[in-house]
Amino acid sequence: MYNEKVRDYFLNPRNVGALENPDAVGEVGNTTCGDVMKIYLKVEDERIVDISFETYGCAAAIATSSIATEMVKGKTLEEALQLKNRDVVKALGDLPPEKIHCSLLAEEAIKAAVEDYRKRVPSKG
Amino acid sequence: MSMRKVYLDHSATTPVAAEVLEAMLPYFSQVPGNPNSIHAWGQESSVALQNAREQVASLVGAKPEEIVFTGGGSEADNLAIKGSAFLEKNRGKHLITTAVEHHAVLDTCKWLEKQGFPLTVLPVNSYGQVTSEQVREALREDTFLVSVMHGNNEVGSLNPIQKIGNLCREKGVLFHVDAVQTAGHVPMDLQELPVDLLTLSAHKMYGPKGIGALYVRKKTPLVPLIHGGGQEFGLRSGTENVPSVVGFGAAAALGARRLKDGSVEEERRLRDLLIAQVLERNDEVMLTGHPEERLPYHTSFCIQHIEGEAILLRLDALGIGASSGSACTSGSLEPSYVLLAMGLDHATAHGSLRMTLGKDTSEEDVRYAGDSLKQVITVLRKMSPFGRKG
Repeated sequence: MYNEKVRDYFLNPRNVGALENPDAVGEVGNTTCGDVMKIYLKVEDERIVDISFETYGCAAAIATSSIATEMVKGKTLEEALQLKNRDVVKALGDLPPEKIHCSLLAEEAIKAAVEDYRKRVPSKG
Repeated sequence: MSMRKVYLDHSATTPVAAEVLEAMLPYFSQVPGNPNSIHAWGQESSVALQNAREQVASLVGAKPEEIVFTGGGSEADNLAIKGSAFLEKNRGKHLITTAVEHHAVLDTCKWLEKQGFPLTVLPVNSYGQVTSEQVREALREDTFLVSVMHGNNEVGSLNPIQKIGNLCREKGVLFHVDAVQTAGHVPMDLQELPVDLLTLSAHKMYGPKGIGALYVRKKTPLVPLIHGGGQEFGLRSGTENVPSVVGFGAAAALGARRLKDGSVEEERRLRDLLIAQVLERNDEVMLTGHPEERLPYHTSFCIQHIEGEAILLRLDALGIGASSGSACTSGSLEPSYVLLAMGLDHATAHGSLRMTLGKDTSEEDVRYAGDSLKQVITVLRKMSPFGRKG
């Protein structure tokens, strides 16, 4: 059902857990649908210097959250906003069709975190 | 060090018992006859078929000529329901079932509803059970069939089929029971039970897959779904699947023995040990289904703040096979209709877990499952935004 890479990111997730004193937090999804993703950011000079996630959901939801945090770590906020769900799927190799929505949730969670940062620290210019 | 392997999904299917396989093997090649043939080869198969029919009948207190072999439990459910609905006298009449039936019953009834048969789907209590009073209130002048499962596959609860049967008998309404989860595990005697049609499946009692039976009480008319050579008393045409039927017979004999020799009591003890392990060692976990009126091998839970598929895959990585009714395991966006019918909310239902024991499950297996689940719950809650304690 899941390939080895997805299993690995689910069983050994990277960047999992809450960050202390984050500069921004983004949360998407709801418990009725069965998945909620929360992304924590530390930002310096418009760059994501640290990132973590907490996810309630299936294996695909956890794996996509984890790999998405890796993909945007060290990137500028503008670059992070360019992350598309298909990039996340590609990075994991593949996902079963009914799990593609999990990757969309990962994209939205990162966008939500960046938006939260913009609210807290309005960008210059 | 090889990992411990613990299969805890016996409600989904059971392994074929060694003695069952041994009984089946000669009927693939050594005894090749079509039981309908007059020659020695055919007659040998015919004798095996009759012997198996007696074994299956004996398990449930039926007569051999009341056992109709089918291609599985789903087919038997379809034969019971459609086979009675298609009788001329029942055309367009009313039928009653419950909200937590297996799809083989529920979807068959709903299909009939579309064909013009009024249908009542009874709601269930928080354990997933119905009462005979509910059936009494739902009965109409034109009700021809009541179909209620004996033991629920998802939450293990048992229904009061004796009482419902008494009521149906009193009202002259046909009563069908899906006993796929209970036969061979819960004693039943159709001499006493007022049931007209009863569904059995071999692979839930250590027999092969793809073979089931419908008990049809004498003088209960039915229309066959499969026409042809007139096998199985005209109710299920097609050359009999002799090796599987023989396997079903052997499995029924095994079931009858296990009901008498204390095996089922031991299984119940291990079931209660597993339930205690899960409930006492973890917070915010509930048992689903009735604690006592329950299949002797069945445990099921809802675990807050984490999702069922993630639990299953982590248990699988630890060598444990279990199942869940979460949306992510059903392939749809909805969690189990059974759990929702019992009044659970979506978030709770997403965290469902079922672990069903078998005849070879040991106390060490149960303790390993308890330890592993504790570990999985802890790890997943740490990842969950809702899992942290304040």
